[in-house]
Amino acid sequence: MNNGSEPRKHTIAVQVENKFGVLSRVAGLFSARGYNIESLSVGETLDPSVSRMTLVVRGDEFVIEQVMKQLHKLIDVIKVTDLTDDGHVDRELVLVRVNAEPQHREEILRMADIFRAKVVDVTQVSFVLEVTGDEGKIDAFLELLRPMGIQEVVRTGKVAISRGPKSRTRKAEPPRKARVSDDPRVVGFAD
Amino acid sequence: MKLSGARMLLECLKREGVDTIFGLPGGAVLPIYDALYDFEGLRHILVRQEAAAGHAAEGYARSTGKVGVCLVTSGPAATNLVTALQDALMDSIPIVAFTGQVPTHLIGNDAFQEADNVGITRSCTKHNFLVKDGKDIGPIVREAFHIASTGRPGPVHVDLPKDILVKEAELVWPESVHMRSYNPNYDGHPGQIKRAARLLLRARKPVLYVGGGVISADASAELLELAELTQIPVTTTLMGLGAFPSEHPLSLEMLGMHGTYYANMAVHHSDVLVAVGARFDDRVTGRVDAFAPHAEIVHIDIDPSSISKNLKVHVPIVGDCRRVLRALVEAVREELKTEVPAPVRDARRQWQTQVAEWKEKFPLRYDWDDDVIKPQYVIQELSNLTRGEALVVTGVGQHQMWAAQYYKFKHPRAWFTSGGLGTMGYGLPAAMGVQAAHPGRLVVNIDGDGSFQMNSQEMATCFSENLPVKTIIINNSGHGMVRQWQRIIYNERYFAIDLPGVPDWVRLAEAYGCVGLRVSKPSEVVPALEKMLSTPAPVILDVCVDKDECVFPMVPAGGANTDMILELPNKAAKDKAAKSQTGF
Repeated sequence: MNNGSEPRKHTIAVQVENKFGVLSRVAGLFSARGYNIESLSVGETLDPSVSRMTLVVRGDEFVIEQVMKQLHKLIDVIKVTDLTDDGHVDRELVLVRVNAEPQHREEILRMADIFRAKVVDVTQVSFVLEVTGDEGKIDAFLELLRPMGIQEVVRTGKVAISRGPKSRTRKAEPPRKARVSDDPRVVGFAD
Repeated sequence: MKLSGARMLLECLKREGVDTIFGLPGGAVLPIYDALYDFEGLRHILVRQEAAAGHAAEGYARSTGKVGVCLVTSGPAATNLVTALQDALMDSIPIVAFTGQVPTHLIGNDAFQEADNVGITRSCTKHNFLVKDGKDIGPIVREAFHIASTGRPGPVHVDLPKDILVKEAELVWPESVHMRSYNPNYDGHPGQIKRAARLLLRARKPVLYVGGGVISADASAELLELAELTQIPVTTTLMGLGAFPSEHPLSLEMLGMHGTYYANMAVHHSDVLVAVGARFDDRVTGRVDAFAPHAEIVHIDIDPSSISKNLKVHVPIVGDCRRVLRALVEAVREELKTEVPAPVRDARRQWQTQVAEWKEKFPLRYDWDDDVIKPQYVIQELSNLTRGEALVVTGVGQHQMWAAQYYKFKHPRAWFTSGGLGTMGYGLPAAMGVQAAHPGRLVVNIDGDGSFQMNSQEMATCFSENLPVKTIIINNSGHGMVRQWQRIIYNERYFAIDLPGVPDWVRLAEAYGCVGLRVSKPSEVVPALEKMLSTPAPVILDVCVDKDECVFPMVPAGGANTDMILELPNKAAKDKAAKSQTGF
């Protein structure tokens, strides 16, 4: 089905139960339904029983609506939020190994300074640089390094957070009763 | 008090109200079978292949509205069960499947009869669990039954390592289930329901399109009330058969690929289409952009992801079909207090005339033959003899479509078929599950010779567990549906479809301790059916039918529903069918 909207990148925050198998449920959903996932990052939240994934997915509005619904349908998914059109900040951390011949070393360091990148490893002929930023900054930085010869790029995938004083991804309602599996009550066999 | 994991599991099942388990033992689940030895109150039905345990649990679940339960061992047993799990997932059938697993310390070691069960079933269940600690058994069983039976029902799989079943632990039994990540929405949005009510009453050519969700939600009474109150004709999907009485004056019977002419025409020309518990499956819609092209669509469904998945919906209502229909009836009554405008009333009268005309001009039909049995005739006679009161199960293929077309259903939960997945071999094991849940009722499995062969070993289960299922094999000596497609769409290039003559079903039935009957003349059909129905044992009635008979109407895959073929095509129609065929 096509609703006429153009495919574009969406940044989606997904809060999930911090249990084994959840990541493969999410990844499996994308492969089973043929959605394009551009990046995925996961980490624990303030509440250690909850993990938060940041997904970058490409699709038109219809596809994204289905992605959100299908994610929500997974039993271990607590909340799904599309951050794309509301104010949010997203960042990615990138490690890049670049050739550093004597005639280029100065220039690379100058660029690193401009982009607030850090040199985290040095050899006679190479640097490893660490840079964080949004997509535009990272792309620009890599583009500038390209003529020197990039050996390797490692990216974390995007993490994103909404702007403003309040969390959009945290549930506003008061904490619910404990999950059954955490229920400390022990019931004897006899009752 | 401490219990072994195995004993604890049985205690939990009892507390969940389980009375029947379909299973097959093996190494990893031996502790459970040992505990079953002297455990009271659970009937265990021993099947002959694990997929049958799953299908039987489906039959049990669909016929009772309760959760069906099956239990098999690790490795190959779990992989055999996969088909039944996917079947239950696609048809929204609530079952909980327990599999054994190698002991925890061996998981991942490629141990004997090890498979990554939860990895394999992840995509074919609504949810699954691997039990890692004995004290989790109670809470996991609780959650498994809760997830299977609430929201959009579906299969849940629980994998049980052998050491957990042996070790003793305290039984933990939560009084209720709360899951922060799973809270299905049952009540439809009142504003949307009001909008739907207005739309219904303003419609000039409305149609109700009803699926299996109405049966899952036990909403048939509410549906009947809405249809009669608004005088809107009702068409059902394959899964929805029985949700609305087939012979009701407002019934259009089934729609879609092998639906009736009048159902497909009514939907095509409708201006308001109300989908209730149906999911716009490709076998229903045909070419999506040509499906109900003039209609504003109201979609009532418990599963938000079903809405606007295949087709744009104008009035989405997420909720339980029964609650939403009840609210919709109320809303319609409220709206009816103001008078319906005269032009609308006139248009509605014209619509009824139009629908009646389609019904009269193009009823379901087949050509009678004095010498060869027509399969449709067998099902018509079965329908007459049982007055539409039998519990009917089918395999997958032509016989399934004829059963759907010619059996006149009166009640919900009386029709059991593999709709979404189209699992050949579903019939006999599912019928066993239905029969186990309803020992006194007549259960008829209408099957094909190809389909029946995929689980014919279950005749042994019928015999030894005293499940007097009646099977009618619509025997056309081949894979009839494939033959039909090769005939109409692939220029009669028949290949890999002949199943000539073997096995001799009468002798095979007898070998399994069942009663075998065979007919090959039209005049013998009714006496044979009567004999079958009056035999208290499991019966296999082999009906040798016309192998050239095709299922009509037929919408070629990828075609629009209005492209349906009503009889064996001439050259021009065949070309049209071949052209609209888009690859599956």
